[in-house]
Amino acid sequence: MAEAILEVRDLVKHYPLTQGILFKKQVGAVKAVDGVSFDLAPGETLGIVGESGCGKSTVAKMLVNLERPTAGQIKYKGEDITQMSGRALKAVRRNIQMVFQDPYTSLNPRMTVGDIIGEPYEIHPEVAPKGNRRQKVQDLLDVVGLNPEYINRYPHQFSGGQRQRIGIARGLALQPEIIVADEPVSALDVSVQAQVVNLLDRLQNEFSLSYVFIAHDLSIVRHISDRVGVMYLGRIVEIGRDEEIYDHPTHPYTQALLSAVPVPDPDAREHRERIILTGDVPSPANPPSGCPFRTRCWKARERCALEVPLLEVPAEFRLASGPAHHPSACHFAEEKRVVPDAGSG
Amino acid sequence: MLLEVRDLHVEFKTRDGVAKAVNGVNYSVDAGETLAVLGESGSGKSVTAQAVMGILDMPPGRIAGGEILFQGKDLLGLKEDERRKIRGSEMAMIFQDALSSLNPVLSVGDQLSEMFTVHRGMSRKDGKAKAVELMDRVRIPAAKERVGQYPHQFSGGMRQRIMIAMAMALEPSLIIADEPTTALDVTVQAQVMDLLAELQRELNMGLILITHDLGVVADVADKIAVMYAGRIVEQAPVHEIYKKPAHPYTKGLLESIPRLDQKGQELYAIKGLPPNLMHIPPGCAFNPRCPMAQDVCRTDVPPLFDVAARRQSACFFWKETLDG
Repeated sequence: MAEAILEVRDLVKHYPLTQGILFKKQVGAVKAVDGVSFDLAPGETLGIVGESGCGKSTVAKMLVNLERPTAGQIKYKGEDITQMSGRALKAVRRNIQMVFQDPYTSLNPRMTVGDIIGEPYEIHPEVAPKGNRRQKVQDLLDVVGLNPEYINRYPHQFSGGQRQRIGIARGLALQPEIIVADEPVSALDVSVQAQVVNLLDRLQNEFSLSYVFIAHDLSIVRHISDRVGVMYLGRIVEIGRDEEIYDHPTHPYTQALLSAVPVPDPDAREHRERIILTGDVPSPANPPSGCPFRTRCWKARERCALEVPLLEVPAEFRLASGPAHHPSACHFAEEKRVVPDAGSG
Repeated sequence: MLLEVRDLHVEFKTRDGVAKAVNGVNYSVDAGETLAVLGESGSGKSVTAQAVMGILDMPPGRIAGGEILFQGKDLLGLKEDERRKIRGSEMAMIFQDALSSLNPVLSVGDQLSEMFTVHRGMSRKDGKAKAVELMDRVRIPAAKERVGQYPHQFSGGMRQRIMIAMAMALEPSLIIADEPTTALDVTVQAQVMDLLAELQRELNMGLILITHDLGVVADVADKIAVMYAGRIVEQAPVHEIYKKPAHPYTKGLLESIPRLDQKGQELYAIKGLPPNLMHIPPGCAFNPRCPMAQDVCRTDVPPLFDVAARRQSACFFWKETLDG
């Protein structure tokens, strides 16, 4: 792999739970993110999937420094941004931009589209001198497929899909190298989702961007990602290249997640084995001992309660060279194909 | 036929004019049958359901025409107190967002037992016992201990189970579920859909499942009605529609879904946006976005053509769409 542009190591975010009003004392912590590590190569898309509450959005916020991690490192081109402040941080932030999930609440309703997209230039005037900002904004509107004449309109005059394009244009304004997209299409209608995904794809090639693409929808993630990390209760439980995760998953949670995805094909149902998990995700304030997934896992044994499985290539696949050779945090990892071959349905 | 909606028209008066949300919808559902109504936001799928349930806000809403026949009776001719008797005991609805549809200051047990005390005149004690029974039935663990808890103490999946329990309480013959699993995680989605399908079989109810997700309905529906701009554009048994759609809109929707088993280069995207309901394009409402549109599509509204037995498409070029 090419030298990583972003290296994340043992990232932890705990939100303290306190008791008492005057003398607050900490009685515990919500372990939103509990030791996450990954690399992002230039031009690559890393998908992060997981259910609600697994910590994927908290990871996104830490990557753009909206949240300070409790522990761990985020290295951008070798430098740890979690320790930065002031001018150095400002410079780094220019290069890591974010696109938010909800295009209805992430755009200020009292600002025109031109002001929204141009606002990053107020903070980083070196990117665009005052004189030609308007032109720049219009170019950006054009790039994301909106009419440049809409520059004086307000967000409410646009549909959901168009608003998300505005959010993307704002993310692109500072010519960043990395875009962190937190569920950028999940609020959109099906027919519009495809348009926005294609737009993100095109922009990546045009501006050689690296994406961290966060979603709960495994199908969208497969479509756009080179590599995928699956999160559960604050940890990455399995990570690998797209075909390693989708065609050769070894972690039971990944297998369950894949098998639960509804496939728009009634005939495919007969070819598919469905793993239906029982129960809900445990509370991150009080996670189970050992493996976080053991309370819902059909394979759980005594060892799972005692020992936290590490995210590494499981022993049984360490010598193999096939696609099962990828990190999976399970004591009893085994390969299981849950997504049928294309065309078998 | 359990429920028959005939040529239903619903419009909303707004400051900017009249929005035509439903423009001549026909569908029917039989006992034990599942009809999936598929559409994007603004297609009129929920408004139709609200008209059937009789929970449409009027004004600004207005039923501008049509009939809703439930067990042979036209619901639109009934007085409010007569409809109220039907609601809950004969037909019930499950909403998308369980947290905002449950009362936050009443325990779930109170809300469930209310069904029995109000509709069946039971005592509070008997109602409570019934509530526990229902919670057991929708497989909420430790029902007896949890009956006194409040909605916020339950997870999303459990709350949706409570909504299902409430809808099932009086064993209605028709259930309308409006995006029942959209707010849930995939692993929980499957649990809830399975539960719903199982209870439906057990009670032999008619089920109308409203959704925007072609994947969710593939597993459970018997037939599918696809809505666009307030009209049904295609109606068919479930297997046929996925294999060979007969309307370009359905076809576009199917092609634009990223699939787990495929990693394509570019997704097919339907161009443009769904129409503004205040200015629905003349002719076929889908014509500005349609790759097959001809002159006739811009002037004439396509009727529902019979494509095959129990299969209809509102496209002049359904033959070409089927073959292409």
